[in-house]
Amino acid sequence: MDFNENFILGCSAIGAGLAVIAGIGPGVGQGIAAGHAAAAVGRNPGARSEVMSTMLLGQAVAETTGLYGLLIAMLLLFVKPLLP
Amino acid sequence: MGHGVLLSADVDFMIHGVTKYSFFGHEVWITTTQVCLLIVMLILLIFAVFANRALRKATEVPTGFQNVVELIVELLDGMVKGSMGKAAHKFNNYIGTIFIFILVSNISGLLGLRPPTADYGVTFPLGILTFILIHFNQFKYQKPKDIWKDMCSPLPPWLPIWLPINIISEIAVPISLSLRLFANVLSGTVMMALIYGLLGWVATIWPAALHVYFDLFSGAIQTYVFCMLTMTYISNAIGDAEVA
Repeated sequence: MDFNENFILGCSAIGAGLAVIAGIGPGVGQGIAAGHAAAAVGRNPGARSEVMSTMLLGQAVAETTGLYGLLIAMLLLFVKPLLP
Repeated sequence: MGHGVLLSADVDFMIHGVTKYSFFGHEVWITTTQVCLLIVMLILLIFAVFANRALRKATEVPTGFQNVVELIVELLDGMVKGSMGKAAHKFNNYIGTIFIFILVSNISGLLGLRPPTADYGVTFPLGILTFILIHFNQFKYQKPKDIWKDMCSPLPPWLPIWLPINIISEIAVPISLSLRLFANVLSGTVMMALIYGLLGWVATIWPAALHVYFDLFSGAIQTYVFCMLTMTYISNAIGDAEVA
């Protein structure tokens, strides 16, 4: 079976759209982290700067999975690895 | 191909080649990344020369430019001290250097440059440097027996079933570090290129707010995260050992 170029490009675009759904997970995770950080600052306002840096670190690590999805989408759209 | 070509004609965030030369028979390209890196380096060098001049005739009570330089150095030293504790004096210089370099690279999008950190060839060496530092310090400050025990971690040392998985997770460190920085800066660059390329005259003045978010905020956060993670990994590798 051979597909023409437009079909492959269209499927790549669909795949890119599906790959970006990976952003849901980090969004929820970062929200949870930020919520707990807000609660922690509310309980102990003196530890604000430490809570902030810990929160940012955790959020950045959680963000990585979403960025992998974004990278896959970028590769599919602009590098076009599926074209023969 | 129609729409793809239309889109990529207006929207431009790719790395372009400027000139090419032959290096032992290989075709090597000088790209926009190198040019932007040179500009960033020039900015940093000029700043360093002026800072040096200001500190050479430093006064007891700092004034003017000396204030700024001392503020920057104090902030960076405080950051390293806060997360590395007693090992801080050994890594002040390295962490401070990569912090300033990554920060200026990330916010160079404000100057109309393509940020050099939006090229995987720039962030991957930074990740590799972190990797080398982690393992150099691990072997320097810990006994081989403890490293082996650490690598077989959840199981006892005589049963190295988890060893391959731990090795993979060690190798994943520089890759995830560099990909995080790269993808964050790249996403900002792509977003700004899409806005400027597709909206045309509609994109006047108000994209400045987006620049503040994508270039300044995101760039500063990612710089901080990269340096914090580097410091955390290194101080984990040092462990409880005494640092001379």
